[in-house]
Amino acid sequence: MKNRLGRTLNTPLSPPYSESSAHHEIQLHVNDEVVTARVESRLLLTDFLRHRIGLTGTHVGCEQGTCGACTILLDGKAIRSCLMLAVQANGRTIRTVEGLAVSDEKLSSIQKAFHEQHGMQCGFCTPGFLMSLSGLAEQGGPKNDAELDDHLCGNICRCTGYVNIRRAARQAMDLDAVESDE
Amino acid sequence: MSDEAELNWIGQSVPRVEDERLLRGEGRFVDDLDLPGVAEIAFVRSPHAHAKITALDFTAALELPGVLKIYGGADVVQRIKPLVNSEELRVPPGIADLDPVVKIQPAPILAVDEVNYVGQPIAMVVAESRYLAEDAIELIDLDFEVLPAILDPEEALEPDSPLALLSEEDNIGVHVKHGTGDADAAAAAAFAVVEETFCTQRYVCAPIETRAMAARQDPFSDALMIWSTTQTPHRVRDHVAESLGLPVDEVRVQAVDVGGGFGQKGILVVEELLIPFAAFDLGQPVRWVADRHENLTADAHAREQIHRITLAANEDGRIVAVKDRIIVNLGCRNMVGLVVPYNAMCHLVGPYQIPNIDLEATGVLTNTTFTSPYRGAGRPEATFAMERAIDRLARRLDLEPAELRRRNLIQPEQMPYRTGLLDRRGIPQEFDSGDYPEMLDRAVEMVQLSDFRVRQEEARQSGSLIGIGFAMYLEMTGLGPFEGASVQVMPSGRVRLSTGAPSQGQGHKTVFAQILADALGVNFDQIDVVAGDTSSIPYGVGTIASRATVTAGNAIHQAGVLLQKRVFEHASELLEASPSDLEMNTGEISVKGTPKVKLSLAELIRSIPKLVGGSGSDGLSETSYFQPPNYATASGVHAAVVSVCPDTGRVEILDYVVVHEAGKIVNPTIADAQIVGGIGQGIGGALTEHMQFDELGQPVTSSFADYLMPVSSMVPDIRLDEVICPSPTNQLGVKGLGEGGAVGPPAALANAVEDALGSDAPVIRSGPLTPSRVRDLIRES
Repeated sequence: MKNRLGRTLNTPLSPPYSESSAHHEIQLHVNDEVVTARVESRLLLTDFLRHRIGLTGTHVGCEQGTCGACTILLDGKAIRSCLMLAVQANGRTIRTVEGLAVSDEKLSSIQKAFHEQHGMQCGFCTPGFLMSLSGLAEQGGPKNDAELDDHLCGNICRCTGYVNIRRAARQAMDLDAVESDE
Repeated sequence: MSDEAELNWIGQSVPRVEDERLLRGEGRFVDDLDLPGVAEIAFVRSPHAHAKITALDFTAALELPGVLKIYGGADVVQRIKPLVNSEELRVPPGIADLDPVVKIQPAPILAVDEVNYVGQPIAMVVAESRYLAEDAIELIDLDFEVLPAILDPEEALEPDSPLALLSEEDNIGVHVKHGTGDADAAAAAAFAVVEETFCTQRYVCAPIETRAMAARQDPFSDALMIWSTTQTPHRVRDHVAESLGLPVDEVRVQAVDVGGGFGQKGILVVEELLIPFAAFDLGQPVRWVADRHENLTADAHAREQIHRITLAANEDGRIVAVKDRIIVNLGCRNMVGLVVPYNAMCHLVGPYQIPNIDLEATGVLTNTTFTSPYRGAGRPEATFAMERAIDRLARRLDLEPAELRRRNLIQPEQMPYRTGLLDRRGIPQEFDSGDYPEMLDRAVEMVQLSDFRVRQEEARQSGSLIGIGFAMYLEMTGLGPFEGASVQVMPSGRVRLSTGAPSQGQGHKTVFAQILADALGVNFDQIDVVAGDTSSIPYGVGTIASRATVTAGNAIHQAGVLLQKRVFEHASELLEASPSDLEMNTGEISVKGTPKVKLSLAELIRSIPKLVGGSGSDGLSETSYFQPPNYATASGVHAAVVSVCPDTGRVEILDYVVVHEAGKIVNPTIADAQIVGGIGQGIGGALTEHMQFDELGQPVTSSFADYLMPVSSMVPDIRLDEVICPSPTNQLGVKGLGEGGAVGPPAALANAVEDALGSDAPVIRSGPLTPSRVRDLIRES
């Protein structure tokens, strides 16, 4: 798999020449590919994903773990990649928004729901919502609306007022079907 | 095209063309751009609210490996002109007759001697990475002589107040007084007079993508290429060229994918002159991305206003006078002049007929972060004061607040309505169209007001607190002076549309293509929209002030109509028919009545250079600029139903209803989402958001852990209805609606909470209505 920059994921950029913190060799799985890279101790996982292997779909909104824009899946669980160092991801499995679509032609059901329900405006926070919901789906999905709504409070969106995000999330998690069964 | 029946795309909820790449993580925001060899920038910022710099030494920092350059104020003072947001500081002739004070207080590019707010840039570090640049900042030797800081805008007006900016004589940045009739005399003779103080607290726009800029000198043309998060790319181009002394044509600004703006990215800050300067000076690409701490503390703040308002009415509830003394906390200097204070003044009266008006606004300097317009730009603040005052007046007169509003509304048959005031352009303020009584009636019906009053009383008997609050507002939209559109048939037969109004999430690529598809007679998906690249159209203003659909939209319509005429002129030779006998639908030209013979735009554009005796031009491009003759005035009524927990003070929104009017709607799904998005921001301000400083002027809400943004659980599903009164001010009949949603919630929610707390409760004079604030109110009642 190639990223947008045309480089393959396993030819990452190196640390700057002048970077003084210790360097480490790490190996991890990113979007079903093995990535081997040399990183400095203090490099954040977000910066590694975005600027070393070119997966810029993971966005940075606060670097403090509060906004959720940088959410990715680590071993199937949704985490804030701004609160983790790249070296800590050694040996782990990561999925980013770039690895979410079914194919070049087909979006995943979560992505499709955000488009169909107009659950996005500027699209900057969207990857975080998509990955957060993907994590929820991988954990078995929400039991009810309340659990889904609670889950959505982990991400901040400044544009939409959340109403359409909730609609998209319900569609994606098939909760409308669940509700009509009840 | 004047025939309404042929308008196919306008009015449809066309799914957005923007979405797919954003959903795949393929958007290109400024920090996503791959610029080989790019150096990253970090700023040294003032740690004091007011101080003199006594030491600034880069020696140790410059020795750090990876540091390319450090600039201090002395290094740039002769090379970059100070920043003046001149477009916003201009005083139009009519307003000038009011004899206003508008002080021009240029922002120093980097502080040379005095710093007058926490966060002011003192030095710019350019390094191989942001990590290394921040390392270098740690090694810069800095010292200060701390000066007295003034933070409270009312104290700043006292004669013995310390100065917020030492070069000034006082702390007044702007001042204007305006009115009509005799409010004092009318109030003296009135049956009921309400005098109150209502304040709006300081907010931050806080788009999730912070401000960012990258710049590089183009190796082929030498032009300075700038990628920006700006809402106003042509203004950035003009200011950069002016400040750096470059020909304006040698600066190209491109607004790439932008993650929200809301006003913060609508004004220029000094960083946006420094980044291009560094690229130019160092001859290498550079980039700066504000971190969240910078965004919350050192980028524009907004909203902080104090209104001392007087409302006077007759016994029947007819309001005879309004008087308001407005204080606006401008922050460290006057950055945008009368924009926000005057906007507050000329929107204060709202949809009501009030014969006597007496308004005065004073913009005050304090040692706090500078301020900019934020979604609504003075309207939410004015609406908070006016709509709260109306509820207090209703209480005084023992009237249902909605009924008091109804008795004072401007009637549709009075349109166009003149208020007796001057609008922002200095021209008599005139509302073009609207049906305010209908909007209010519908909102009252939607919330079933009389049933609600019964339920409220029952709830009160059982110890629970529920309340309802209304807020009405107007929004004069479609700010001039102009916006342009360039449309061109490309060699493939596709149509390229360029305009100066970029999107920060509003969906311009979809909405603008809908407008052009109708005007030109092509398919929606045959159009490519380029919005916010200064190389694609020479002039532009940008996406601010609920203006893009009105100004860019009508420019696009005009250009599309002109281009269709051109197409017909060229096609008439090939189709052997007079241009007036041709028609074009879905991008194919045919002779009326013989639809089988068709010519596509691709075939036409290919044929043109081959025509013997042709004009010598390709002929298939047009540029048009729209200059709005008047504002298109949109309006809305919000009604909020809340419950207040007597034990915790938590406010829960049980129902939220909006009836709005914004002329003809181009894309209903996108329009509704704009309103709901604005409501989300308004709810944030009403319930949680508050940018605060400690007594030394240190910002204390400097992360999202402290500056509480609304999350999903705070915004209920919104019930929307709309009234449509097409604007007579433009051919499309559209009005702007981007800001409206944010205007109503602070007033509607405060009114609802006060209503819930009952007649003994203290007056709610300011937001945010956090649980602890509400608990205090309950205790006081």
